[in-house]
Formats: sequence, C-alpha cells, structure tokens
Amino acid sequence: MGKVEEYPIIWLQCATCTGCSVSILNSESPTIKNILVDEILPGKHLNLRFHPTIMAGAGQAVIEEMEETQKRNRGSYILMIEGAIPTIEDGAYGCIGEKDEKPITMLSAVESLGKEALAVIALGTCASFGGIAAAHRNPSKCVGVDKLFKSLSITTPLINISGCPPHPDWLVGTVAGILLKGLPKEEDLDEYKRPKAFYGKLIHENCPRRADYDEGKFAKNFNEPGCLCELGCKGPVTYADCPLRLWNGGVNWCINAGSPCIGCCEFGFPDVVSPLYQKMNVEILPIVGRRFEIE
Amino acid sequence: MLEGGLKLNKIIIDPITRIEGHLKIEVSVENGEVKDAKSSGMLFRGIEFILQGRDPRDAQMLTERICGVCPTSHSIAAALNLDSAFGISGKIPDNGRIMRNLILGAAHIADHILHFYHLAALDYLDITKVASYDGSDAVLSSLRNFAERGKLEPFIPRYEGDYRLSDEITRDVIAHYIEALTMRRKAQQMLSIFGGKLPHNTSVVPGGVTMVPTTDKIISFMWRLNELRDFIEGVYLPDVVVLANVYSDYFDIGTGCGNLLSYGSYDLDGKEADLSKRERLFKQGTVSRDLKFNKLDIAQISEDVKCSWYESGSAGIEPKFGKEGAYSWIKAPRYGGKVYEVGPLARVITNYVNNDPKIKGLVDSILSRFKAEPQKLFSVLGRHAARAVETKYIADSMQDWLLQLKPGESSYVDYVIPDESQGVGLIEAARGALGHWIEIKGKKIANYQCVVPSTWNLSPRDDRGQPGPVEQALIGTKIKDESNPFEVVRIVRSFDPCIACAVH
Repeated sequence: MGKVEEYPIIWLQCATCTGCSVSILNSESPTIKNILVDEILPGKHLNLRFHPTIMAGAGQAVIEEMEETQKRNRGSYILMIEGAIPTIEDGAYGCIGEKDEKPITMLSAVESLGKEALAVIALGTCASFGGIAAAHRNPSKCVGVDKLFKSLSITTPLINISGCPPHPDWLVGTVAGILLKGLPKEEDLDEYKRPKAFYGKLIHENCPRRADYDEGKFAKNFNEPGCLCELGCKGPVTYADCPLRLWNGGVNWCINAGSPCIGCCEFGFPDVVSPLYQKMNVEILPIVGRRFEIE
Repeated sequence: MLEGGLKLNKIIIDPITRIEGHLKIEVSVENGEVKDAKSSGMLFRGIEFILQGRDPRDAQMLTERICGVCPTSHSIAAALNLDSAFGISGKIPDNGRIMRNLILGAAHIADHILHFYHLAALDYLDITKVASYDGSDAVLSSLRNFAERGKLEPFIPRYEGDYRLSDEITRDVIAHYIEALTMRRKAQQMLSIFGGKLPHNTSVVPGGVTMVPTTDKIISFMWRLNELRDFIEGVYLPDVVVLANVYSDYFDIGTGCGNLLSYGSYDLDGKEADLSKRERLFKQGTVSRDLKFNKLDIAQISEDVKCSWYESGSAGIEPKFGKEGAYSWIKAPRYGGKVYEVGPLARVITNYVNNDPKIKGLVDSILSRFKAEPQKLFSVLGRHAARAVETKYIADSMQDWLLQLKPGESSYVDYVIPDESQGVGLIEAARGALGHWIEIKGKKIANYQCVVPSTWNLSPRDDRGQPGPVEQALIGTKIKDESNPFEVVRIVRSFDPCIACAVH
C-alpha cells in the first residue's frame, strides 16, 4: 500500500432536516461506502471526523474530536455545513452539542470553524441561502453561510451547492474537483457561488416537455401530458441539471413524475417561488432565465 | 454528595448522535441507577409559523421539509389533511391511494433498514474487529485496509466495553452494515419510481398522485421490492434475532411508559371519508402493558408546554427561549392526560391484540425462540424486533398492492380550494403516529399543526410533571459503566428519535 493522503472533513448540521445527508447516502457511484472508507481517488481518503448522523461516538467526546481536528488542521480541513444558521438571541435557538455543560450554538461553531477551514461547502439551499428555515416570518432568524460570513467578514473560500436537497453528484463532483485540481476558480462558479458545471443551465432548457411548451401544449391538471407551466412549474427560472442527470440512480425526477419543478435550488426558495402550484407571472415567463429579485 | 451520603452523578450526552437532529439527554445516576432523565430538543425552526398565510396546496411540499429522513410520511399526512379540508377524502382514485401506500411503504423499508444497521447497530457491533480479517471477501478486505491506515473516524471515538458479538458474527454483521447501505439506497430508488425523487418526494399531492402508473414502472418497482424482501427475510430479521440472543438482557431494559398509541396506516379502502373508520393495514387504537386494547378518540389529544420553551400569547403559542422551568423545544403531547409511546412497537402490538394472523405469526415465532411473553416486547429489543417484523409485513403487503394498480388509469381527482375549512390527516410515519391539522381562512392557511411521532416519544415533562416516554424508559435503568453509558444510548436509539420532526 502506498502512502494515503488524508483530507479531514468536519460536517456540521445546523438548522437542517438532514435531507442533504440522506441525499449523499444515496450517492450511486461512488457509493457512500466508497466515500467513507475507500481511497476516493488513488492515494486520497476523505477522513470524515465529525458527522452527527453517521459517527459512532456521542456527547462531549465527539465535540472534543471536532475541536481537536480544527486545532491540528488549521487551514487544511474542509467544512461542510448543512442547514441554515439561527441568529436570533445570539444563536440560542440552535445548538450542536455542549462542552463542560456549556451549549455550543450553531452560530458560534460556524464562525469558529469557518474562519480556519481550507474551504467551506454550504450544502443545500438552507446552508446556501437560508432556504426553508429562513422562509417568511423566519422565526429563528436563520441565514445562509454566505450572508453570515459577509456579516462577520469571514473570507474563507465558499462553494454553495444548493438544492432541497442537492443531488449527491453535485457534492461528490465538487469534492473530486477540489482533490484533483484545487479549489474552483472564480469563473467556475456562478453569481451565487455554485459550480457552473451543475447549475449552468435552466431546467427549462433541458426539459423533456420543452417541445410541449414551444408548441403551446399545456397540462391543465395533474396526470395530463404537456408542459407543466400552467400548474406552476418553476423550471423556466431554476438552474440545475436535473433533467439530464435524473435522480435516485436515474429512475425518475420531479417532472418525469408529472410534478412541476418547485425551484428548490434557487436563491429565495421557497418564498420567491410561492405559491408553488400557481402559474408564474406571465411577465416573467417569456424572459426565461431571468433571476427572481428579492429583498 | 446528597443527604445520607448517596453519590449522584450527572451524565450529559449532547449531541446524541446517529439519530436525526439535535437531541440532548441528561440523566442523574445514583449508586449506578438512573434516578432522573431529561430529554431536550435543541433546535427550533418554527415550520408551523412559516406555513401561516400560505397557499394550502403548498403544505405537503413545505411540511415534508420538516424532515429529510421521513419527508414521505409528512407529504402523505399533509395530503390526507388537505384531502379532508378540500372535501375529497372519499374520492381519491384507487391508483392514487395505492401509490401513496407504495410510496409510504418504500419509505418505511428504507428508514427501518437505515435505523437498525446505520443508526443503532454501532452500539452493539465492534466495527474495529475488521482489522484482523484475513479472508478474501472484497468488501471486508477494503474495510481492513481502511482500518490498517489507522484513521478510523467516523467509527471512533465511541463508547468502549460492552461489545459482545463473536468475531465471526461481528464480521457477518459488518458485511451486512455495508450491504444495508445499498439496500436502503435501493428502497429510496424504488420509492422514487412513483414518488419522483428522494429526499423530498414530489408526486404526492392533495387529490392523489401526480403521475399515472405504467406497466414498466410497476415491474421495475416489483423487482426492487423482491430484492428488498430477500434482504429483509434473509438478513435483517435474522440479524435482529442474533442481536437478541447475545443481548437478551435488553428485553428487560428500557421498558418505558407501557402505553402504546397508533393512528393506523395504509388505507385499504378509499371510499370512507372518516379516517378513523377507514379500513387500514395497521389498526388504530391504544394498548396498555396488560395488552388491553381501546379505540382511539382523537379529541383526547392535547399538547402541554410547561417544560418547553414556549409561552401562550394573544395569538397562540410563541417561542420563549430560557423560560423558567423549561428545558426543551419539544412540546409534550398527551392522550387523555397520560403518557403514550408511539412507533413500530405500538403498531405491531395493536395488530397483535386484534389477532392479525400475519403479525401474530411473525411475533410469536420470535417470542417462542426466547420463551418470552408478549410483554417482553415493551423493551429495547422489543422495539427493534417490532421494527423488523413490520418491515417484512409491509413489504409483503406491497407486493399485493402493486398488482392492484390499474396501468394507464387516473390517480388524481380535481378539487376547488374552499374559502374556509378545516382538515385532519392521520397516518403512521416510520417512527409512529403522525397527525397534521389545518385551518383554512380566505383560501389561505390560517393555522397548521403537526403532532409528530418523536414529539410524543422524546417529549419533556407535561403540565402534571409526568416525564415523557424516553425519559420514563431511562429512569430506573442500571448503568454498568458511567463513563461508557451504553444503556442510555441504546434505550434512546431504540425509539429512533427524529428531532427535526419532534420540534418542527
């Protein structure tokens, strides 16, 4: 056996539903076993040192493991963040654990670990943009990592992999890119810091029902053939490669199941695409790909 | 030191890992026995507040995002809730009803396999034993190479000590841990065939399901199901028995509150609008430790917040972090003022006492191996056994349902959103009884309430001071080694906690 380089990873779960982690468990090739155990690329192993759903240990021992990883690998560990970060009352609404009977807020953990990481991957729409947790009324004043970093003047390189949840290939492909050729360059990412390789084109551009749209054949109700625009499809304003990549090993994806795209990868989801089943404003529709503007 | 010289130690486990979400468990141990226990949910998002004022049709898309482990259960509870609010409960086409059952069944299979192998098993299984493997199996060899490199995270750190399985059995179960990763992934693929994608399936909507079943989808679903049924029968169920053989003391540990509650699930009839009267695979009702069955009266469900971080305001319950005497974001649901456990154990026992022949056969075959009475199921091992038994029961039933689908025929019925209405949706999620309630005003959501399985099981004390089910299961437990409190985490994980769900 040759020497294997270890890449320490800390995976924080903040205001999340764990759907992003479950999506990564669904990775087909490599499998999650390959990701955890095998050399993900020859001579390179992802050393997942902290992941609340997977790791064997519990309690203070795993918090110390996380802190030790940070201390020994300053500037060289990858920080994955799943979920938005509650900021209300100094972050008191969300804690990842405690040490010496003192709770550690998600806010303080993201700040401390974020500052010293090699790079941060904000996984999912909540971590990227606030997502569901930050939807209107936003009871815990959740924010995405980008917004938080800006407010704290943290300049660690950040990659957003949005999606509710994101496709496992989007994370695996991004991590493989870092291992093979280093951090993505500015021109590799879109204006929302997402890899253009996965978020470069609209759902609408590659939609199998695109011909129906062009010919004006619209489904008026579920179960019907035709473009789903009248049923609220957000494919014309959502950037992701779902129609080409498909989901869950290629067996299906939303529109193939007759379900309109709900725009789950987009900045401002779910508020800017709500009501989800209402046809979008006709003024927006002809200009496919126009970004929603909020705030 | 306490009065009388007794030694009282506090054990805090935060985070409890290998569950969904942010859970803290604190126990006070006096002379090796748990005297007090507190269960605390440590994240509040407030999805019910976020739902207010929105289009009611969005509820199933937003509520499934309460939880990425069990989104499917929320989508179906929400769809039933909206069906009832829209006045179409008895009108969903059979294809829609059956596909919803198949979607929910696939979710249960995926969740239960994940729970046993990937969330619970590491409390019993010494995965580091793979380092001494000298055989030729490719998977075990790759694990040995991993162990030899010496970076064992995320499998260390961990509690050390009480790993009792022999070397040979340990290697078998480690191989099954890896195989189970593939199996749960295939169960999610199977779900996606009718669900669209996972996590957060898209096809379940009020009125039915967005897609029409076709023969190619049915056969593709069926052969994935067949592969899973082989795994459930040939690997999962036997592994639970293997575990029970070696850890049989856990039939007497974590016995809990002794009251079980099930809403029933898997509609076998779509014409009855009243969910409490509908014929379902799993029956509705409550069962006590003496196996006495009672019909359920939904009106007796209430939620207490005395020990939860909420206070009553003019507009209802509002978050109030740091409230005096409170220690959790989880509320305390109670039935008739009493503490009830929900989950696979409740479902299996409810059908057992109603003399369901298949459930009785499966349960009795396990109990007879241990010469045990059904009461022994009220335990850590009983919960694992019930989960495995119902996985087989559901998977076998799904085979029949698949053949009842009518390819090419409708699975959806249209509706008009009423100006004002109310609804209720009751099902069994993987982790237990799940209820959604809606109030619609001006065609918008005025109020949306979810009472979720882990809200029941992980609840803190209620207004009368009664500890919740997990708290009761912990109190009285003997802890052999306080620096490696295996008993605590084994009890907690036997409930399969889901805290994003519990707080929502």
